[in-house]
Amino acid sequence: MSTETLRYQDVNVGDTLPELPIPLTSSLIVAGAVASQDYTPVHHDKEAAEAAGMQDVFMNILTTNGLVSRFVTDWAGIDARITGVSIKLGTPNLPGDTMTLTGAVAEKDETGNAVTVEVTGKNAWGNHVTGAVKLTLPAGD
Amino acid sequence: MAISGTEREEFEKQLEAYVGIDIGLEDQGRDPVNAAMVRHWCEAMGDGCGAYTDPVQAAASVHGELVAPPTMLQAWILGGVSMASGESDPRDKQKELHRLFDSKGFTGVVATNTEQEYTRYLKMGDEICAKTVIESISEQKATGLGIGYFINTRTTFRDQNDEEVGWLTFRVLKFEIAEASASSSDESSVTPSRPQRLKPALGHDNAWWWDCVEKDELAIQRCSSCHALRHPPRPMCGECQASDWDFVFSTGQGTIYSFVVIRHPEVPGYTYPLVVAVVELEEGTRFVGNVLDIDPAEVEVGMSVQASIELVDDEMKLPVFRRAQ
Repeated sequence: MSTETLRYQDVNVGDTLPELPIPLTSSLIVAGAVASQDYTPVHHDKEAAEAAGMQDVFMNILTTNGLVSRFVTDWAGIDARITGVSIKLGTPNLPGDTMTLTGAVAEKDETGNAVTVEVTGKNAWGNHVTGAVKLTLPAGD
Repeated sequence: MAISGTEREEFEKQLEAYVGIDIGLEDQGRDPVNAAMVRHWCEAMGDGCGAYTDPVQAAASVHGELVAPPTMLQAWILGGVSMASGESDPRDKQKELHRLFDSKGFTGVVATNTEQEYTRYLKMGDEICAKTVIESISEQKATGLGIGYFINTRTTFRDQNDEEVGWLTFRVLKFEIAEASASSSDESSVTPSRPQRLKPALGHDNAWWWDCVEKDELAIQRCSSCHALRHPPRPMCGECQASDWDFVFSTGQGTIYSFVVIRHPEVPGYTYPLVVAVVELEEGTRFVGNVLDIDPAEVEVGMSVQASIELVDDEMKLPVFRRAQ
């Protein structure tokens, strides 16, 4: 992750974020579900997931959101404040696959030094997540 | 089949009663916002942001003290292990609504969208509670998963001072699971872990060609009468209408006669952007294949390419092309 925080003036519409590949393991899927207190069986119990028509446990939404947020703050740094996340869910994240997060600055608004980053998380089946993260950055010195 | 006629009308009337209502429960966080749960979250996500776990870095940042990751908002009020039993509070109108859908055959459930806004970052010791309202239920929709209804809910989160700290909306599809996926423990119905290519339909006229590919040979069918080459394989010569044929092996050398670059839509199992070329083989017939390991901007008509036969997924071999050395 970045040790320095980006300043509002440092970013431009069209800037791309460093790509982040996330290897999808059962451990990540279960750890994410447990850390988010989401014990819905399909996220930790393979038999329950199979009964729901999936071949294995699959990632819960909070973990997806947590990874998207990490992807953005890895780039923006500790002084960024995330103010909103809006995502659309697509193909499930399953063990054995990799989700690659990519993103770019879509909008800047001087009022409040607000920045909108568009994010896509793609796995072998297509887009797992597409959406936007809103954040504010500190003003430059 | 989804319900219809009067049954559907009556069902949809029942649904109306749920629109705009509070689900009847207030979710009270079982623990105040705390460093241990935040650390577990950050470890799972691989999130090294010091604002969440390093008191010194957090104090020096705009946050001024340790804060919880904003996307963790809902984690503070979820039920934990008790969720695994599937039992729910009988007063919960949202669960009641889901059961109503279940009773009419709309047993599938999948979340499709969530939107969240955070009024402020949560600090250690904050006590969070949440209320959820069923905002709307869509008309009946035909979706890729099956026929169903979208349910939109909004959850508002407040702190110990009854001040709003954030909200989130969820859009959930309750749908009738298509019979093919609902039934059977049939192997073929289980989605493989990696996408596989569409398999060719094999028959009397083309199976021999795929057998050659399996043996790493790129074959070209040849008319026994006029010796014209043809591809893809078919029973009759287009030049002289003779039906006797044999075949020759191609060296795989050729030049690009024409090509397209496919960027959208992305079909699972392929890498995009995908270069699809018509290659003029040196033997004198044309062949359609992917050109790999090249920047699409560098592909040109007339470029020399070389075929090789490779596995394109877990099972299927296919001739693919690369720029000739």
